[in-house]
Formats: sequence, C-alpha cells, structure tokens
Amino acid sequence: MNDYTHYTDHTHYPDYTAYETGAPIADTKAPEGPIAERWDRRRFEAKLVNPANRRKYTVIVVGTGLAGGAAGATLAEQGYHVEQFCYQDSPRRAHSIAAQGGINAAKNYRNDGDSVHRLFYDTVKGGDFRAREAGVHRLAQISVEIIDQCVAQGVPFAREYGGLLDTRSFGGVQVSRTFYARGQTGQQLLLGAYQALSRQIAAGTVTMHARTEMLDLIVVDGRARGIVARDLITGEISSHFADAVVLASGGYGNVFYLSTNAMNSNATAIWRAHRRGAYFANPCFTQIHPTCIPRTGDHQSKLTLMSESLRNDGRIWVPAAKGDDRPPNEIPEDERDYYLERIYPSFGNLVPRDIASRAAKNVCDEGRGVGPGGQGVYLDFADAIRRMGRKEVEEKYGNLFDMYERITAENPYEVPMRIYPAVHYTMGGLWVDYDLQTTVPGLFAIGEANFSDHGANRLGASALMQGLADGYFVLPSTISDYLARNPHPTSVDASHPAVTQVLAETEDRLRQLLAVDGDRTPDSFHRELGEVMWEFCGMARTDAGLRKALDRIPQIRAEFWRRIKVPGTGKEFNQSLEKANRIVDYLELAELMCLDALHRAESCGGHFREESQTPDGEAARHDEEFSYAAAWEFTGTGKAPALHKEDLVFEYVHPTQRSYA
Amino acid sequence: MKLKLRVWRQRNTDAPGAMATYEVDGISQDMSFLEMLDTLNEELILRGEDPVAFDHDCREGICGACSLVINGDAHGPERTTTCQLHMRSFKDGDSIDVEPWRAAAFPVVKDLVVDRSAFDRIIQAGGYITAPTGAAPDAHATPVAKPDADFAFEHAECIGCGACVAACPNGSAMLFTSAKVNHLNVLPQGAPERETRVLDMVATMDAEGFGGCTLAGECATACPKGIPLPSISAMNKEWLRATRKVRR
Repeated sequence: MNDYTHYTDHTHYPDYTAYETGAPIADTKAPEGPIAERWDRRRFEAKLVNPANRRKYTVIVVGTGLAGGAAGATLAEQGYHVEQFCYQDSPRRAHSIAAQGGINAAKNYRNDGDSVHRLFYDTVKGGDFRAREAGVHRLAQISVEIIDQCVAQGVPFAREYGGLLDTRSFGGVQVSRTFYARGQTGQQLLLGAYQALSRQIAAGTVTMHARTEMLDLIVVDGRARGIVARDLITGEISSHFADAVVLASGGYGNVFYLSTNAMNSNATAIWRAHRRGAYFANPCFTQIHPTCIPRTGDHQSKLTLMSESLRNDGRIWVPAAKGDDRPPNEIPEDERDYYLERIYPSFGNLVPRDIASRAAKNVCDEGRGVGPGGQGVYLDFADAIRRMGRKEVEEKYGNLFDMYERITAENPYEVPMRIYPAVHYTMGGLWVDYDLQTTVPGLFAIGEANFSDHGANRLGASALMQGLADGYFVLPSTISDYLARNPHPTSVDASHPAVTQVLAETEDRLRQLLAVDGDRTPDSFHRELGEVMWEFCGMARTDAGLRKALDRIPQIRAEFWRRIKVPGTGKEFNQSLEKANRIVDYLELAELMCLDALHRAESCGGHFREESQTPDGEAARHDEEFSYAAAWEFTGTGKAPALHKEDLVFEYVHPTQRSYA
Repeated sequence: MKLKLRVWRQRNTDAPGAMATYEVDGISQDMSFLEMLDTLNEELILRGEDPVAFDHDCREGICGACSLVINGDAHGPERTTTCQLHMRSFKDGDSIDVEPWRAAAFPVVKDLVVDRSAFDRIIQAGGYITAPTGAAPDAHATPVAKPDADFAFEHAECIGCGACVAACPNGSAMLFTSAKVNHLNVLPQGAPERETRVLDMVATMDAEGFGGCTLAGECATACPKGIPLPSISAMNKEWLRATRKVRR
C-alpha cells in the first residue's frame, strides 16, 4: 500500500539532500563505428517481426502529441495493434499543438552551408555538451525525412511564390533551416499526425481511449506489461495489457505551476514509471524560454509564449538608465541598451534560449526592467516595420501580434511588446538507451517524456523535430527488436497479483486524497510549490537556495496530505481530483529536480549555478567532473535515490566553452 | 469588478440541468474569462460545493478545448476562443450567462463540458491523406503554388472547437467539415482521395446527427480562427463534382 503517512510527520523526515551512488550505466546500446553509419547498423542488427505476426502484438501508447500520435499511426501502419490513450477529449488537442515557430531540418534548400553534420554540431553545442552524440546525429539524419513525410501528409508549410518551401532562422544557429507554417507549425504538424492516427482508428488497428488518464504502470516479472488508467468521465479505474508500453506523455514543466505548458499537462505517467523502476535522467534540466508575455497578477493561471521566430526581426532592449519609466517611444535611440546585440555581436538577438533568458534576468535584476514590477524587456518591431513594411511583418507574424494584443490590450505594431522568461520545456525525462527503451524492459519513452537529445539546453524548433523523429522513425524501428526477442510472453490479466496490487494502490491513493477533507484547494498547493521552484530551481540556482527548497518541499508535501480538500467522489467527472492527484507527483518530482540541481555543481545550458560562472557571467561547465547524464533510481518512498552516471564521450564535437559573441 | 454569473449546472449526461446563480468579486480586467471561473471554483471548493466543470487546456487559443456560450454567443463577445477572452470585455456589475455548447450531436458530459467525439469520427471518415510513414518523396518533388498553399493553410487553421456548431441555429457542422475538405482537396497530395474524402466526410457528418446548412452564416461569425463562410460553398462544389465522378 501507499505510505503517505510519513509525509504528514514533520519531525522525522529524512535528509532530502542525501543520495547514493549506484553503478554507472555501461551500455547505451549505441552501436560502434563511424557516427554516420550507426543508425543504419542498429536497424540492420535489430530483430524484426514478420509482417504476418505483427497483428498478434499489442502496444500501448500513452499520449497523442507529435511523438505519441506519430508512433501510434506508424506502428498501426506496420501491422501492430495499438491501444492509445490521452486525457484530452480528442487526440487532436495534445499540447504539441501550441508549438509556434517551426521545425528544423538539414535540407540545405537555402544552399547556405547546412548539412546533417552541421545540425548535429549545432545541437550538441546548443545543448552545452550534455547530450549523447550518437542519438543527436541520428536526429539530424532523420530530420530531412520528417519534412518529406509531413509534406506528403498535406501539412501546409509556408511556401514561396515559386511553390517551394520557405525557411527561417532560429536561435543558436547561423543557417536558415527552420520550416514553418506561419506561427502555428506545431498545430499543423500535430494535425498531420492526428489525421494519420485517425485513419488507423477508422481501420480498427488503433483503439483510441480519449479522456482516459494513465495513473500507473504494470510491471510483471520485470517487464512492462500494461497500465492502470482512469476514465475521466465515469471515474472507473481499469487495467490495460500489452506486449510493450510507450510513454509519450510530454514534459513536466508544470511542476513550476506557471509555465507555457497546457493546464493539464502533467508528470504522472513518467513519475509513476520512475517509481516502478525507470531511471529519471537530468531532472534539473529545464528550459526557461526568453520570449513570454509577462504575468499580470496573482490570478495568473499560465504563461503564454511568443515564438522565438520573433527574434529574427524584433530587437530586444531596455532603457540604458535605471528607473527610466518614460513610455518606450519617448526614449531616444542613444538612451536604449540593445543588450543582446551589444554583448553577443555575431548572434545578436538570436543567441540560444538559456543565454537570452539569463541576460533578461540580469538587466531586470539591475533595475532596468520595464512594465509592472520591472519584470520585462522590450521586443521592438519598429525597425522591422520600417525595413520590411507593415504588410510583410503582418504576413510573417500577424497571428502572434494578434495574440499579444488580445492578452495585453496593447498594439505591438505601435508599442514595443514586453516579454519576460518563463518555464517552457524540460530537457530531462525518463532515461532511455539508443533504442528509446527505459531501464524497465518493454517500457519506451519518446518525445519530451525522455531525456534524449537536447542535453542541457534545447535549441528552438528542435522539439518538433525530436518528437516526430522518435514517433515516426526511431521507435517503430527499435521496438521490433524488443518484441521479436520476447516472442511468447505469458499472458497477463486483471487477476494477476502484480496487477491487483497496482490497481489497489491506485484506488487507495485516490481514496486518501478524497478522505483528507482539509481546508486548502489543490491549486493553492500547486501555486506554493511553483513559487519555491521558480525562486530556488529557476533561472539561477545556488547551493544554499537548493538546500532551502529541499527543506521546504517536504514541508509543503506534509501540509498537502494534512490539509488538501477535494470535493465530490472518485466515481464521477472530477477535475479537482485529477488535479490533486497530479500534484501528488509534482511534490515528489520537484524534490528530485532540486536534488539533481544541487548535486550538479556546475553550470551548463539551462542549469545555471551562480557559484560556477566565467568572469563574463557565462555558464562555466566542469567537464572533468560532470560530463555525464545523471540517471536517478527510485529506491523507495522516503529513501535516498541512487545516482547512476552515463558517461558522455565526445568523439566528433569537441567540448568547448560555448561562445556566441 | 463584481459580477453576477448564471451558470449551467448538470451532474451528468442523463441528469436534468438548470442555471445556478453565483456572485464573484475582486475580478481584475486582466484576467481571462477562465481565470475568472477559476476564482469562482476556488471559492466553491472551500465552501464544500462542487466546482463548475469546463473543458480547457492550452489557454493559448489553439487546442480547441475551451467551449463556452457566454451571453448567448459561442466564445463570448469577442472573436476569439473563451480562453483568450479577457474580463476587460465586461463591466463591473454585469450579469453573465454561461452555458455549454448546445447541439444534438454534442451531448453534455457535465456542467459546461460536452462530448465532441463526433468531430473525430468525421475526420476518421476521410479527413487525412494516405501517406504511410517512410513512403514520402522529397518535399520539393511537388511544388505547390503559393495561392493554393495559402488557401490550404487558411482552412487548416480550424481548431475543432465546435463554436460553428454551437452558433448555428440548425446545429450544423458544415464549416468544420468544409475546412478540412478544402485544406486537403486543394493540395496535389490530396488529389487521389479528393472525391471519396468529401463524400465520406459529409455522409458521416449527416449520420452523426448534425443539422443541415441553411447558410445562416452564424458559424463563420463565431469561428475564432476566421474560417470563411465561402468554405461551405467550396465544399458543396467539391461534393457535387464528386457525386458526378464517383460510381459507388
């Protein structure tokens, strides 16, 4: 049974800064040989399942975003039977839909010096040398196939008058390799995957369970064999069985309460898998996106991103002098500080996200921020409008400008936009090998749910690329090896003791949540946790701050289990219960994030430790000590987790101090 | 601001529903409409009452989950999604009616939440291009003239929220269906399935219990993404062309 009782005991909680060091991860299944040949080699070495036998295998896919939707459709096309789950009312609403800017591909259609190797290099460098080379190279190789696939599906990418595809630039690169569909690239790619999935649902090869949320993983004899899920309409808890389980449930940015994630995006699927044996890698690697609309007050429920593509033509600045509160249009040119252009002349406004975010924080900390509370910087299109004309700016960014105006009631064609960094993406996630398999055999993780290719910082327009690469191309090739090597698994049903135990634990957890009947709402706890995380595990982290967070979080958790109030019952549509159950997992995951951030006493990418910076204030890595992925093993509730290191070896891209100056 | 809300409460699909009256205070102009409902729900939970159920997710106007009829208008007084509607569109002391989408094909699940799975089944009937993974030619093998690409994009913007159905006096899904038909049928990649697509999608739309179209035009006025009314006539042309061409 669940042991939450110790959470309510204030006096005897353990030392949450402690951890054990376990055995290093020896084998990632990445093949040897020249890097450009490894993916071919792995596919050749993988065992296959005969097409006639595939329909005998069932695969569970949790999530219907770019990774999950693409994987479900492709596995079904190959002949497997797919059981697919999403908490939304339709698979078309997964949060990939909100991605705006674009998708990278090394097509070199611009003839501007791009290549697979350059995309590989940019991604390893952009990730501050904390990603696995073999995986990143495969991603760059597959990027070109993704564009072909999506065009064939009818994704309406932006085109030029000659009828060919248009591209634009994104942060951290000097080529124009980002394909886009106005400011709605994620929507269009997701609808492409959704439509491919819909075709399989109609064909009966995919059974779709919408409004059904995974609450736990079923592991039998050491292998992932199914999930426990809750029907969000009736409240019914059910078990589902398969030969393999694929988690495509997205990232965990909502730990911070305020983020650009959808309101219901959550960490339950990956966290429950972690508790059942899947290692969780680099949980502290979170991305703070530099261009979001600043918050307006305590009522704020989420933050809205403005696409990074705006940095192509918009110029970022703050007043040169502290406390200059004149309206932006009255501040003359020579009293403005275009700080990114000043500090990073060669990349200018297009430096990577982590650098742009930190620079914004620095100028605001100096007292030069603009807008309410001084928590904002200007993103100004006046020059672009003069140069390109309003019509072209409208064509390129119109929908983003409209969105900004709707939220702020300010017209960005006339007044510069105000932006501020916000939590956006989590590079960390379930540890996976080269096959995208977790440490639980038969359990795979794809898309943002895994930790794979972005290292310590993701470049813009690379999440869509990775989600679709995993879903359309990588997983469908690697999962056959697992299935073929495990041809006759014993059948499992709801009466198996391992299943009844997980079912009972799930029911028990929900029952406990309903039984507390305290005096605080789920949101009030979520908000409190988010404030602690943003302050101590946000854009800048310190040893002392993280220790404070590791002291506070267990207290909030204890408070939660004593005072939470969830109205209604479990046997009905109950959004408060859904929320409270997700917060249970955030409260545990948050602690691991802080512990990971504390143990990694270096700065790298989005993980900035104030103790570790160069004289110019840039992130200072310590490769000799920390050139590894940190994979954490769950050892029991209230017990110190175990750290397993996967050493990162760089054969092709030599680690250097990142420079965008 | 202080507001009076009249909200549709219904325990489940089979239970009868009714409007219930609530008062909310301390509402800021900068709040979104859903944040205003969050405020109400926080109070209801603390009072031990059942909070108002409503669908929402991205709160950025793109996922299509939110779906409220506000003072009789789908998504309220502005041309946007409910999540992007802000309280500055209302005045202190206003009385606001909040109801779910009302259409025979969208049964109420609870309170303001409805079942829109009929939309998914329309897409499943043909709202796709058959392009199995791995079978694609190079993306530049088939150029698409910019006006066609722009036409496709304009229709592909549909977020599947269902405001068109909620706004229509007949509860028709013609704007939703035509958006997808036009997006795919104008593209060269969509040509091989052009006829079966429109015939099958329209047949499914009819079978799902959506009403007929009388070109009232309310759908296009309510659409937060600006899918244009001529989309419907373009689909009708596609449908006529297909009935002449296809023998079944």
